[in-house]
Parts: sequence; structure tokens; C-alpha cells
Amino acid sequence: MLKKLAQCIGEYKRDSILAPLFVTCEVILEVLIPILMARIIDKGIEMHNMNVVTITGIILVFLVCLSMFCGSMSGKFAASASAGFAKNLRKKMFHSIQEFSFNNIDKFSTSGLVTRLTTDVTNLQHAYQMIVRIAVRSPAMFIFSLSMAFFVNPKIALIFLAVAPLLGLGLILIASKAHPIFEKVFRTYDRLNNVVQENLRGIRVVKAFVRESYEEEKFKNVSKDIYDNFSRAERLLAFNAPLMQSTMYTVMLLIAWFGAKLILTDQMSQGELVSMITYAMQILMSLMNFSMIFVMIIISKASAERITEVLSESCDLLDGKENITEVADGSVEFKNVSFSYYKSVESLCLRDISFSAKPGETIGIIGGTGSGKTSLIQLIPRLYDPTVGEVFVGGKNVRQYNLEALRNNVAVVLQKNELFSGTIKDNLRWGNPDATDEELIHACKLAQADEFIRSFPDGYDTHIEQGGKNVSGGQKQRLCIARALLKKPKILILDDSTSAVDTATDKLIRGAFAAEIPGTTQFIIAQRISSVQHADRIIVLENGRIDAIGCHDELLASNNIYREIYNSQQKGAQTNE
Amino acid sequence: MSRPMGPGGRGRNMHVTRKPKNTGKTLKRLLSCIFKDFKLHFVVVIAFIIISSVAGVRGSMFIQTLIDDYIEPMLTSGSRDFLPLLTAIGNMAVIYAAGVVASFLYNRIMIIIGQGVLKQIRDDMFTKMQTLPIRYFDTHHHGDTMSRYTNDTDTLRQMITQSIPQTFSSVVTIVSVLVAMLTTSIPLTIVVLALVVLALFVSRNITGKSSKFFIAQQKSLGEVNGFIEERINGQKVVKVFCHEQVTKDEFDKINEELCYNATAANTFANILMPIMGNMGHMQYVLLAVAGGALAISGVPGITVGVIASFLQLSKSFTMPINQMSQQINSIIMALAGAERIFELIDEPSEQDNGYVTLVNAEYKDGKLCETEKRTGIWAWKHPHSDGTTTYTLLEGDVRLTDVDFGYTEEKTVLHDISIYAEPGQKIAFVGATGAGKTTITNLLNRFYDIADGKIRYDGININKIKKSELRRALGIVLQDTNLFTGTVMENIRYGRLDATDEEVFAAAKLANADSFIKILPDGYNTVLKNGGEGLSQGQRQLLAIARAAVADPPVMILDEATSSIDTRTEQIVQKGMDSLMQGRTVFVIAHRLSTIQNSDVIMVMDGGRIIERGNHESLIAEKGKYYQLYTGAFEEESE
Repeated sequence: MLKKLAQCIGEYKRDSILAPLFVTCEVILEVLIPILMARIIDKGIEMHNMNVVTITGIILVFLVCLSMFCGSMSGKFAASASAGFAKNLRKKMFHSIQEFSFNNIDKFSTSGLVTRLTTDVTNLQHAYQMIVRIAVRSPAMFIFSLSMAFFVNPKIALIFLAVAPLLGLGLILIASKAHPIFEKVFRTYDRLNNVVQENLRGIRVVKAFVRESYEEEKFKNVSKDIYDNFSRAERLLAFNAPLMQSTMYTVMLLIAWFGAKLILTDQMSQGELVSMITYAMQILMSLMNFSMIFVMIIISKASAERITEVLSESCDLLDGKENITEVADGSVEFKNVSFSYYKSVESLCLRDISFSAKPGETIGIIGGTGSGKTSLIQLIPRLYDPTVGEVFVGGKNVRQYNLEALRNNVAVVLQKNELFSGTIKDNLRWGNPDATDEELIHACKLAQADEFIRSFPDGYDTHIEQGGKNVSGGQKQRLCIARALLKKPKILILDDSTSAVDTATDKLIRGAFAAEIPGTTQFIIAQRISSVQHADRIIVLENGRIDAIGCHDELLASNNIYREIYNSQQKGAQTNE
Repeated sequence: MSRPMGPGGRGRNMHVTRKPKNTGKTLKRLLSCIFKDFKLHFVVVIAFIIISSVAGVRGSMFIQTLIDDYIEPMLTSGSRDFLPLLTAIGNMAVIYAAGVVASFLYNRIMIIIGQGVLKQIRDDMFTKMQTLPIRYFDTHHHGDTMSRYTNDTDTLRQMITQSIPQTFSSVVTIVSVLVAMLTTSIPLTIVVLALVVLALFVSRNITGKSSKFFIAQQKSLGEVNGFIEERINGQKVVKVFCHEQVTKDEFDKINEELCYNATAANTFANILMPIMGNMGHMQYVLLAVAGGALAISGVPGITVGVIASFLQLSKSFTMPINQMSQQINSIIMALAGAERIFELIDEPSEQDNGYVTLVNAEYKDGKLCETEKRTGIWAWKHPHSDGTTTYTLLEGDVRLTDVDFGYTEEKTVLHDISIYAEPGQKIAFVGATGAGKTTITNLLNRFYDIADGKIRYDGININKIKKSELRRALGIVLQDTNLFTGTVMENIRYGRLDATDEEVFAAAKLANADSFIKILPDGYNTVLKNGGEGLSQGQRQLLAIARAAVADPPVMILDEATSSIDTRTEQIVQKGMDSLMQGRTVFVIAHRLSTIQNSDVIMVMDGGRIIERGNHESLIAEKGKYYQLYTGAFEEESE
């Protein structure tokens, strides 16, 4: 895990080294201050020697300025190192997600990926910033202060050596006990948020069923859980301050007692006594900081793990070895294809599919929800690989193609389609970045989108909001079709792409396709019989198997399922032809 | 003392500080929340904070006592009698112990107060939220309401458990240190104060500069996160169009920018600490030099002990000042959060002046009477002003007369709607998006109140019926199924909490959901998450129908309830739906005409008016809008 993450430091290696280096310098300068102070007191004030006071004072001011400089530099490098690290993490993850196959994407779920790219990265950025600076500073402070203490007076330094591990142990113990409870609190918080969110979304259901008090009960239970656990965790943490204080006070009293004895037996000076108190405070504070960092780093561990998961995921769908870049024609053939999203023979959602389509043919696909329509067409542009059997496009197995070449020739209008924020033109040019305005308009005319686009005040320059929220469902579908047409594909797949378009327009689209792109092989998935009725052949899918293939009239005469679907729609809408 | 970050705490320091509108009022109200239940606790905490702070200050001065009163005299007198010193140390130990105990106790009590207040606030917020009218939810972003439970509550927790006691203890410490310093040496105190002012000035300056970069960072971060969300959501489209490289390039550009802004913002934040720390050292050095100069030139009262204790005191002085300047920011943030929380708690609740209730009834001597037991017969209990009570049989007769309605006063969206639904009738609404179909159903169960006209249920004006009772008499199935986290069983039982398992099974069978539920991993005990993740939209709708079936209301509203079920399955469900609708008054909204064709009355709506009404045959014969819809000549509702 660490190795994967460390790779993301990349060009920020220099800053990542300089930050701890400078902070170490700062610490060294800082621990020199108390001993020079002792000199001012002993050699200056006690001896009434103003010269010593002035000279040592000037040296000290110089040291402090230097220390301020080092500290600031380390802060600067830590900032750039951690921001750079976060940038690289984000970049590396985002890039590898771009290479993911559909299968990889399904595995993580969209929201999972978004959290990893946003919250988790931010968490790691904070942790990293801490690691290169504070996590170095605290131990360094501990070590150097202790060394100085030994240098000044080993006998008293032994007190520190005796007390410090006790405090450190105590702090770590508290932190490690409290941490799991905090984890639990966060999980309970998720539950609480879930209850609130469900109530916000489902408030109509709550009110319609008069379940307000029931929901309240549910909420109060979770709220009570948070109260209990949070209080438990905080009660543990409440030991921190007294533990720290009592250690500090104990050390002070011990120094006072032994210090006085040593001074009176001429083994230590008064200035040294003062400097020892400062060292004591520095040592104890560094332990305190360290225990805090310890907790913070533990918290970010979960984020690190989630990010590593993405980074170590390898794409399971690569360009074919043959790397064929030419798709000869729009023919498609399935040979004994079975398919499972989980790559297991037990949970097949397509079974033993065989059929072929000639270039220019129109194939309709119909069947109930969950019958495998979408799964079937996704195999053609090789969005997934079949679990068993082979798929051929243009006479070649799809696995032999260069993926980009294949997908540029097989255009799919997905069921769950997306427009991106930008103008309509920007969106359309996804299909072909070099398309001229004429080509854009032509494609939109075919998809029956030109008319409504022109009705917008800004026409083709109309800004589409994130997720395409400012166009209606039917308009969005037509824009997506136009976008796919701009690829000038040899094979065009429409996955329930006109469901929100009215039947009359749907018919116009089909008519335009028949007239303008007769050479393109078309696959049309639809709920409505009227959308597929005119296809050369219609595949009826039922539970992942082909129930029948034939043209409308044949199927109506011979196939039960087709007839049932037809009848279910006839009652509602007589065919208007 | 810092604690691990709370739930909303991740990346919280990225938040741009929001300023509360009325700081004083919010603070006062918050304190009164604390005082209401925890007055005694609070007083005790204050007492303990004082003890703890004073013990700390006394500790800083001990070094002076040690040097000036014990070591120096013993050095000069040559006496080696350690007993007085031992006694002094013993006394000091007692003071320290008192400080430690006080600090432990106030920390513990603070937890009781903090968590208690927070629980109270959370519960109040939710309880309040449940009583808010639907209008509130329709006009407020869910994310915004949500953040009151997360970010705002969390900053409040930090404030109550950390900022308030810390600020208080800082104030006590600062005052007592100042007193201690002034009584020890006025010139040295002036040195300390001068440097503190300088340090504050510098930190102000840096914080001011950094906030500009923090805002820039925040903006970049928003941009990057927005881009990530959009592209990852559309990742499959990106792949289908081979747009990976373009997407990468676009991402790299804004990612670089974020990195630049983040570096700038964090640099300022990071250098604050070493600068402040070293300013402290500087103060330390200057104190020693100044003190030294004073002592050497023989100013009375400046001894080595005084200088030594001043060095300690100055540390005890700057630390709480730095802490306070940090706390002020988080207190302002927390108050802004508290203000938003109180805003929610102060929202006006749904008004309900209804007094007609729904009761179990039975016929006694041909007269309808109220009864305790469940008879399956329901009656409206209608108390009158003269003290008499009448009972009306619950039948499901719904009449709208000349109803006008608008979501805002300026814009009327329903005009002059009159509908008569007799018990057992099926009334359908068709029309384009925005025609006002869903709005009518919003009025029936009083999610919204009408502006003009009358709605009567079994002859009773629905304004007189208690809202909860009215809603119990009206079942509703919406396109958004809104399943809750919990088992399938619990979700169906949501319709009627006291339904037996058998009744749940029966409802599921009626809705044709039984067959797919049985093949779920744990059958009826399968836990649903995220609104039914893993189920198809159609299956979710079947569960929502089963949920309404369990409730068994005399009137049902089906708003696009079967829109995601394919036509063939709908046919199968239809049987169940038909038996579900049997004997009930049903209002159906559907864009798929096959769903509503067999309705008794079909209302064709356009622009908030009913433009055609009649049954299927008569409307077809009319060759109007319905006919056009039917023949597919104008665009249907998008899903």
C-alpha cells in the first residue's frame, strides 16, 4: 500500500525531503535557546556582566530569526509537497479510472469513486502534510531536548527519561482505546445521516402514511447511540489533559527539589535550572503532539486503503494483440455467447446467444426488464467481454481490435445517458471533434433535434447544465442520438433511446435513418413495439435467452411473448398506421 | 486540547468562514439552551476552570519562590536545612493536585453538557422537521437541510466542548497571569505586552492574507470536485465515445490549478505556527536581556528569581492569547451554524385546525356507533359546536368544487377544478408535464392548502378533518418509491405498523411482488439500502404498491405508480392492481395511456385546467387533445 502511495510523491520528492530537513533545523535552533538563556542568567546577570548579556542576546535574536526562517521554509515546502502529493494522487486515480473497463467501474460504483477522488484525497493531503512536518518535528524535539538536558545535567535528565515513557504510554493507550469508539461514532453518524436523508427524500411517504412519530422514534434511537458512544470516547480523552498536567507538575516539583540540592552542592547553576524547566516542557509537549498525530494518521488509514484499491485495480479489458484498426463493414455475429457480469457460469444473464446481422440491417430487440437486452448490445463495442463464446464485428473477433477503432465504428446511445456541462455544440462534438457546423446540424436534423435546438434563444450555443437538467428527457435523448450519429459509425446501437420521445417523432427519426444512413447496421432496443416493428428482424429475449427471431408479422403469428407484449400495448394505443 | 475530527470535520478547515447574521442573539440563545438543563453543571465547571487556571499560574511563579526564597538565602547563609523547601514543595504539590483534579472534573462535566445539549438540539431539529409542511421540503435544498445535522452540529459540538471552556480558561489565565506579572515587575510586564501586541498584529496580517488564498482554494476544489462528479457519473459515456484522453487533459488542467491554490493557502497557514512560536522565543530572549539589564543596573525588585518566573509567566500569557485568537474563528463559525440550526427549529409547523377524526364503527339498531374493536367499518367522528357528535360512514366520496391553487401567491397553477369522484370510481388524469396533475393530488391529502374553492371527503370539508386522519384515509403511491433502509418486510409494513406477517405476504402477492421477493437472498428479510439498491425501478414500484395495499385505505392516489414496469409485466400486475382498486376510489396519473384506459372518468389537463373529461370512448370520439395524445401526435411526459 505504502509503495503505491509513495509513487505519487513524484516530482515533489525534493519538497518532501526539504520540509522535514528544515523543520529539524528549526528544532535544533530552538533547543539551543534555553542553554544560551542559562548563560545570560549565570554569566551575565549573576556576575553583573552586561557584555555577556548583550552579546548572548544578539546571538539569541539571530538564532530565533534563523529558526523562524527554517520553520517558515518547512511550512512552505510541506504545503507544496502535500498539495502536490494530493494532485498526483487525484491525477493518477483519475487517469486509471479513465482506463477502467465497464466491469471495473461497476465494481466500485460511481459514488464510491467520487468519494475516493474527493474526500479521501483531502484526508491524505492533511495526513501527508502532517507527516513531513509535525510528525518529524515532535520526535526531533523530543530527542534533541532530551540530549540537551543530558548535556546540561545528566542527573536531572534522568527524571525526564523516567517520566516521558510513562506519559507517552498513557497517551498512546488513551488514543488507541478511544479511536475504535470514534470509528463507531462515525458509523453511527452515517446511520443518522441516512435517516435524515431518507426522511428528506421520502417526506411525502412519511406524511402520507402518518409516520412522523415512528420516524422520530427511529431518529432518537440513533441519536441516543451517538450520545452514548461519543460520551464514552470523550470521557476517555478527558484523561489526556490531567495526565499531561500531572506529569508536568510532577517533573517541575522533582526538578525543584533535586535542582535546589544540586545548586546548593554546586553541581548546577540557577540558569541551568531555568533551562531544564524549559526542556522539560518541550519534551512533554512533543509527546502530547505526537499522540495527536498518531490518532490523525490512524484516521487517514482508511482513506489510504480506499485509494490504494483504485490504484491497484488493473483494467481487465485491453486492446487486442492484433490491434486491428480497420473495421471492414457493419456485420455482427454472435456465436454461442453466454455472459455474466460476475464472470461466473452460475449467474449468467445471457445464455447461448447466436445470431448474425448483415451490414445495413436493422435489428430490433425486445423483452421485459431484466431479460438481457442491454447486456447483449454491450458486447458489440466490447464494453464487456463475453464469458463464453465469441462476438464478431466486420468478420473479426472483437477481441482482436484496437478498442478505440472498434468503439469509433460502433456507436452506442446508452440507456443511462449523460450530457456534460458545456454548450450543445460542445456536447455534440464529443461524437466528432472536427465536425463542421453543417455536419452538426445535419446530425441533429436526422435525430429530430434541430427544431427544438433552434427554438432555444442561444440555439446551438445553449449552455447545458450539469447532468443536462435544463433539457427535457425527450430532448436529451435526441441530443444523445445526434451525438452518436456524428461518429458516422458503421454500427449504431440505440438502447431504449427514444423512450421519452413521442411516437410521432420516434417515427420521424426512424424514417430519417432509413433514408439517410441505409448502410449503417442498427440495433434498436425498445419497450414500444412501434419502435421495432419495422426492423428487418426482431430478437425476442426472455430470461437471457433468444426466444425467437423474425420479422414483426412472423413473430406476431408464431411467438407468444411477442404477441403478449403487442397486445399489452394495443389496448392502450392502437397502431396509428 | 484537540480531539480527532468529527464526522463533518473532514476537510472542514477548507470551509470559508460564514459570518452569523446576529451573533449576540444567537449566542444568547445558545447559552440559554445550555443553561436550561445544565445550570448547576455549568456553575461547577466555571468554578473548576478557575481553580485549574489559578493553580497553573501559581505553578509558573513557583520558580521565583524557589530561587529567591529558598536557594538564594541558603546559598548566602550556607544553611543546609531542606525542611522549609520540602514543606514548600509539599504545599505546591497540593495546589497542583487540586488543579489536576479540577481540570479532570471540568473536562468530564463538559462532556455531559456538550453531548447533552447536542442530543437535545439534534432531536429538536428532527422532531421539528417532521412537523414542517411539504412546502418547506419542496423549497429547500435537501443538502442544505442535511448540512445542519452534519457540519453545523459538528462545529457546534466543537464550540461547546472545546471553545467555550478553553476561552473561559484562557481569560481566567490571562487575567491571573497579568495580575501576577504586574505585582512582580511593571517594566517587564510592559515588555511582554508590547511583544504580545506585535505578535497579534503579525498573526492578523497573515490570517488576512491567507483567507484570500483559502477562498481561491475553495473555488478550485469545488470546480475539481464538480468535474469529477460529472465525469465519473458519465464515465460509461466517456468510454463509449473514446473520450478518455480529452477528459484526462481537461482534468489535469484544473487539477494543476487546484494544486497551485492549495499550496498558496496552506503555505500561509503553515508558516503561521513557526512565526508565532518564534515570536514567543523572541519575547523570551528580550525579556532575559531587558531583565538582565535592569537587574545589573540595580533596579530594585528584579532578581534572578523574578526573571526566571517571568520567563515562565510570559509563556503562560502568550499561549492562551494565541489559543483565543484561534478559538474566535471557530466560535464565529459555530455561531453561524447554530443560527442555521435555530432557523430550522423556528420554521413554522404545518397548521392543523382539523377536529374530525376517524374511528372504528359498527351498526347498532341501524345506527352508526363508535366502537373500540376493529370492525373494518370506519366512520368520521364529527363533534359539533353544540356538543353533539355525528358519525358519517367512511366511503371514499371525494369532491373538488371550483378549486384554485398556486404554489406562490402570484402564480395560480390550477384554475377552477371541479371533480366528483363517487365511492369506487377510478378517476384518471392525463396531460403534459406541468399540466397540474400531481398538484391536484397534493391538495387531496393537504400537502398544500387550496387558495379558493372546496374539497369535501364524504361530504366533510377536508379543512375540518385532522390531517393525520385524512391522510390515513388516503393511500398514495408515487413514482419515486422512497423505500427506507430496513428489511422488505419492514418496508411493506410501513403502510400499517400492526399488520401481521400474513397480511404483508398477502399485500405483496396482490402487488405481484411476492415472486421476486422470494428469490432475493433473504426473502422478506432481505435488507434494503439506499432506497432499494440492487432492485430494479419496477421492483421498487411493486414494493411501494404492496406498501399501500397493506394500509388498505378507502381512497388511493397512484401517481405514475407503474411507470417503470414494462408493459407486459404491467399487464400481470394489472390484475393485482385491479383487485387492489376494487371498491376504492382511485385517482390515477399515468403518461402511459394503457394504464388509465379503463378508468371511469379521464380528465385531460392542460395549463392547470381540465380541458376534456369523459371516458375513453367518448374522448376518442371527441377527437380533441386526448385523441391527439392517444395517436401519439404530441410529446409525452418524459420520465
